[in-house]
Parts: sequence; structure tokens; C-alpha cells
Amino acid sequence: MRVADVRARLERLGSGVTFHVLRLGFASRFLAHLVMHSGTALRRFRLTTAEIYFAGVLSLIIILVSGLFVGMVLALQGYETLQRFGASESLGVLVALSLVRELGPVVAGLLFASRAGSAITAEIGLMKATEQLSAMEMMAVDPIARVVAPRFWGGVLSMPLLAALFSAMGIFGGYLVGVQLIGVDPGAFWSQMQAAVDLRNDILNGVIKSVVFGVAVTWIAVFEGYDAPPTAEGVSRATTRTVVTSSLAILALDFVLTALMFTGGTHQ
Amino acid sequence: MNRSTIDLWVGVFVVAGIAGLLFLALKVGNLATFSNSQTYQVQAKFANIGGLKARAPVKSAGVVVGRVADIRFDNESYEAIVSINIDYNYQFPRDTTAKILTSGILGEQYLGLEAGGDGVMLKNGDRLRLTQSAVVLENLISQFLFNKAAEGKPEAKESAK
Amino acid sequence: MQQSPAAQRVVAHPIVEIRKLSFGYDAKRPVLRSIDLAIERGSVVGIMGQSGCGKTTLLRVIMGALRPSAGEARVLGHTIKELDREGLYAMRRKMGMLFQFGALFTDQSVYENVAFPLREHTDLSEDLINDLVMLKLNAVGLRGAAHLAPTELSGGMARRVALARSIALDPQLILYDEPFTGLDPISFGVIVRLIRELNDSLGATSIIVTHDVQEALRVVDYVYFMAAGRVIAQGRPDEIRQSSEPFVRQFVNGSSEGPVPFHYPAPAYDADLELATH
Repeated sequence: MRVADVRARLERLGSGVTFHVLRLGFASRFLAHLVMHSGTALRRFRLTTAEIYFAGVLSLIIILVSGLFVGMVLALQGYETLQRFGASESLGVLVALSLVRELGPVVAGLLFASRAGSAITAEIGLMKATEQLSAMEMMAVDPIARVVAPRFWGGVLSMPLLAALFSAMGIFGGYLVGVQLIGVDPGAFWSQMQAAVDLRNDILNGVIKSVVFGVAVTWIAVFEGYDAPPTAEGVSRATTRTVVTSSLAILALDFVLTALMFTGGTHQ
Repeated sequence: MNRSTIDLWVGVFVVAGIAGLLFLALKVGNLATFSNSQTYQVQAKFANIGGLKARAPVKSAGVVVGRVADIRFDNESYEAIVSINIDYNYQFPRDTTAKILTSGILGEQYLGLEAGGDGVMLKNGDRLRLTQSAVVLENLISQFLFNKAAEGKPEAKESAK
Repeated sequence: MQQSPAAQRVVAHPIVEIRKLSFGYDAKRPVLRSIDLAIERGSVVGIMGQSGCGKTTLLRVIMGALRPSAGEARVLGHTIKELDREGLYAMRRKMGMLFQFGALFTDQSVYENVAFPLREHTDLSEDLINDLVMLKLNAVGLRGAAHLAPTELSGGMARRVALARSIALDPQLILYDEPFTGLDPISFGVIVRLIRELNDSLGATSIIVTHDVQEALRVVDYVYFMAAGRVIAQGRPDEIRQSSEPFVRQFVNGSSEGPVPFHYPAPAYDADLELATH
């Protein structure tokens, strides 16, 4: 009885692992096919432009507003802590480094996943459910090249710009609260920030993070949409999965990237 | 939605995004300093570098003039060899002193340069002869305690050994 | 009328030829079993049968979406099994397909939907594309709806637009997957008329997969009846109407009594009600 129990559990675990490894394999092959058939999306760039509009421009409002508030909160909280040590002049450093290294790419990525990623999944899933993708296939047009690739590149190109805007807006928000409201010296705010923020180690690494997150989120979104069961329920589940999976992917990748980027230098 | 409207908005978005990146690079990260300018490298030996790390700033009279490029351990002298990149705009005499200092009481450590009086300037590959190691808090405290003990009862020093 | 499913009908100019074709997603459960079928160039042919009899699968083999497990399918002179991706796409450019609910691209206007195949496969000027789109939309009577979005169309109109789209490149072979499902009687009549008209004016060949037997019999030249993955009867519409074969009679008349039982296979009724225990 107990042996059978253990056996059943092991079997469930095994089939679960097999399922996810298989899915990862499908997703990788899908990505390879997508990248190899990106000619149409890049040659007829209009197709991609339209997707930059849907993924990027329509996410602008939420990204800008969130960035502003995150920056303002950072300044308030940071000032509280820093002034205890008499280091309130370092407020600019704190706000800028937090945003550029971490919060910019991560929070913008999470917002992007729930705003644009879910929309991409739902759109592709619905096109599949209503046989639009099959119709395209029957018209001798590859739906991956014509529908999926432009959405993928649109998302990948939008994400770093959104993250940069988020960070810039956040620093502006930090400036508003720190300098205008609390009264930190503006000279110290900017100059300490400039002295402490390194172009390659902080800003470039932040940009690299946002590119990686952009690829991850859009890849997950287009795959989930393309792979969704062609029913209303299947599409809605796929949309949820996109948000959950890509949020987890962002946080996990963020840890890995941070470990690679910011600890490498200290071991010299 | 109209095609040209989409194009317009995408254009605005891309311009804004690039402006955001430039803002980060120029206003926040200060692209102007050190990223492109030419540097020359000098080395200095320290008995103890404390918490100095690669890429730490090199300051003279409080002005950032360069960065620590590399820190190695010398197997023969058992000392640390610190390589420093200094901006070509800043020239220092050969008898310049290098000190490892701390910004604030608990702040991060940086390398301070104190110019000497020699007429010959440092050039690429030179070695700074005069160095002052980092102040390690534990050493400072134990030194202080020893002194106190030595002042109070001289025999305590014997027992401590 | 030929009652034997094995008999191969001789056709002078076949556009689709299927011999001893079998297909199954796995070896244990074949969906199609040894199908023989030939379709004359220029004709309108119906493939009919109950839901789940394999007729849509057969259509997917003809359009090259599925590879036969055994046997041969020749479509427009190509052997489906031997075609690679490029060959398949080249063949599909000569085919048009109408999906069950039209499958219009919801993010594009009616005009752009019909222009889609033209833009993808030709380098025609915008003027010429405009002329062709208007021509095709006029053929289905919806020139005035060009600027509408697909969501603003009724089911029948959507299907007509989809039809205009599938004939945009003047195909030699038009496939219809359940073209009558969910239409009101008027739209129904319109689609039936259009299928015939377009087939004859384009000089194309049409294959209609449907379970709406009575209506489809009004438009087709020849019918194949399928059940459980086999062709069980074939013939011209008048032959089919007068057929004495029980299955065909049941199907054409739509009665619940006949070889296809009303009840799904089940254990004896009293056993299920546990009458035996009393």
C-alpha cells in the first residue's frame, strides 16, 4: 500500500517534469523558428511598427505614472533612513541606483508583462481559436512569420525604452519629492548621483537587464498564445499563465543577472 | 486607427525612449567623465588595502581624477599591488603619496593622492613609492586598548603576551 | 449508383485523386480507412456524413495540413506526401479555403481582409489591388461593406467576405468547411448560389464538406457519403435522393431510426437502472 503510494507520487512527479521539459523544448524550437522567419517582420517594418504601438505606446501611461510614484516613494522612504545618518545628500544616489539597477527594469518588466504580454497572448490565442491562423496557413502565409514575429520584435524593442522611461521618470519623481518638497540641496542631489552612478556598471547593466526581460516576457507571451487550446477557456488560462510565468521569469532572471553583474567586480 | 497616426505615436515613443536613455547616461551617469578620455596607469604597493575595491574612485584634493583598475596580491613581498587609471588631464609629480581613505566614518574606501614636490611627472607604468595603507578598525582598537593598558598597569602588557 | 465503397470512380480530368488513403493520429485509432475518391475538374463535389466521420480530416489531408499514414493523395498534380514546406505553400496558392465561421482577420477591415492574399503574394500596385478587391467584393455583393470591420458583419456577410478573400487569387480548387453552419435561410440561399456561380465563372473546382445534406444536394454535382472513416456511398444528387441504402435514407431524411442508432452504445437499460437486483 505504502509502496504503491510512493510509486504513484514518483510517477506524478516524473510526468510533471517530463511535461515541463517537453514544453520548454517546444518553446525553444518555436523561438528558433520565429527568429529564423523574422525576415518578413524586419523587411516590412510597418508590421513591427504597429506592434510597437500596441506593446509600447499603449503601455506608456502606466509606465510613466508608476515610475513617477515609485521614484517619489523611494525619495520619501530613503530620506527617512538617510537623514538618521546625516547622509541625506546621498538621496540622489539612492534613488538613481535603485531605479537604474533594479526597480526600473524589474517593475517596468512586471507592468509590461501584465499590460502588453497578456494582450499579446490573448490576441494570438483568439486568432488561433477563430481559425485565423489556420486561414493564413491555408493562404500559404506562415502565421509565425506574419503574426507572431512582428509581435515578438515589437515587444523586444519596446521593453528597453519603457524601462529607461520608467527609470528617468522615477528619478524625476525622486527629484520632485527630495529637492522640491523636502528641500535636499539640488547640487548635492545631482552631483552625488553623477559621481556614484557608473555608465557601464549601472546604466548599461540595467539596459541589458531590460533587454533580457523584454525577450523573456514577449517570448512567453507569444508562445502561450500560439500554444493555447483553441477555446475561450483555453485562451483565458493562457493569458493568466503568461502573466504568472513571465513575472516569475523576470524575478528569477533578475537574481541571476544581478549575481553575474554586480558581484563579479568585488572578487578581485 | 489610422496608419500614419500609429507611425507618429511610435516615432514619439522611440524619441522619448532614447531621450530617457540619454538622460540616464548624461544627467544621471555622467557620460562625460572618464568613459572616453585617455588614461595612464600607475601602480602602488600597500601593506593592507582594507576594503578597497576595483573601480573605486581615485581622488586628489577631493576631486575624482581616476579609478582603481585592478588589485592583485604580490607573492614575493606579500603586499597588495593596486593599479590605478588616472585621467591624462591630471598630471602628478613622481613623489606623490597614495593613501587609502574612507569617506565618512562608515563610507566606502577610496584612494587619495597627495602631490609631492618633484619636478618630474608620473608617466604610464610608473610606481608610486610612498603609500599609506588602510586604517583597519580592529588594529586601531587593539592599539588603543594596548596603550590604555600600558599606561594603567605595566605588568598587564606582560600577561597579554 | 455505386454502392461499393471499394469501386474507384473513373474520372476524365481528376483535380483531386485519393487512393487507398488511411490516416490516424495514432496507429490504434484510424480516422480514415482506405478512402478512394476522385474529383472531376470543374465540378462541385460534396463530402457528407455525420459529425466525427472523418470528413474534416479528409479535407485537412487534401489541403496538406495532415500527412496520410498510408495510400496516396494527389492534389492539383502534386503528391501530398512528397511536398516540402515550400511545395505545400506553392500548391496552396492555387487553392482557396472557406472556414466554418469565415476566419476573417478581426484586426483588419473587410477591404484589407480581401486584399491580404494579394499583398502577401503579389507586387501589384495599390490601384490594381483596389480594382481586384472591389471586383471580388462585388462578386459576393458586398462592395458597399468594404470599409466595415469584420465585427460589424452578420454571420452570412462574414462568410461572403471570407469567400471573396479565398477567391482573391483566382484559385483552381476551392474548399468549403461546413459553409452552411449557423446561417439563416436567406444567407443560406445566397451562399448556395455563390458557390455555384463562383465555381462556374472562375472555372474552378469546389469541394464542400458538410452535414447539411438536403441543402448541399441542391448545389453539388456529385456526392461522397462517409461514415466511420470510410466512403460508404457515392453518386449524383438525384441518385442519392432515390437511394434505397438504409444509411443514406436515414441521413437524407434526417430520421432518428436507422442503421445509425439514436442511442450511444451502452449496457442494457435495465442493468443501468439496476432492475436486475429487484
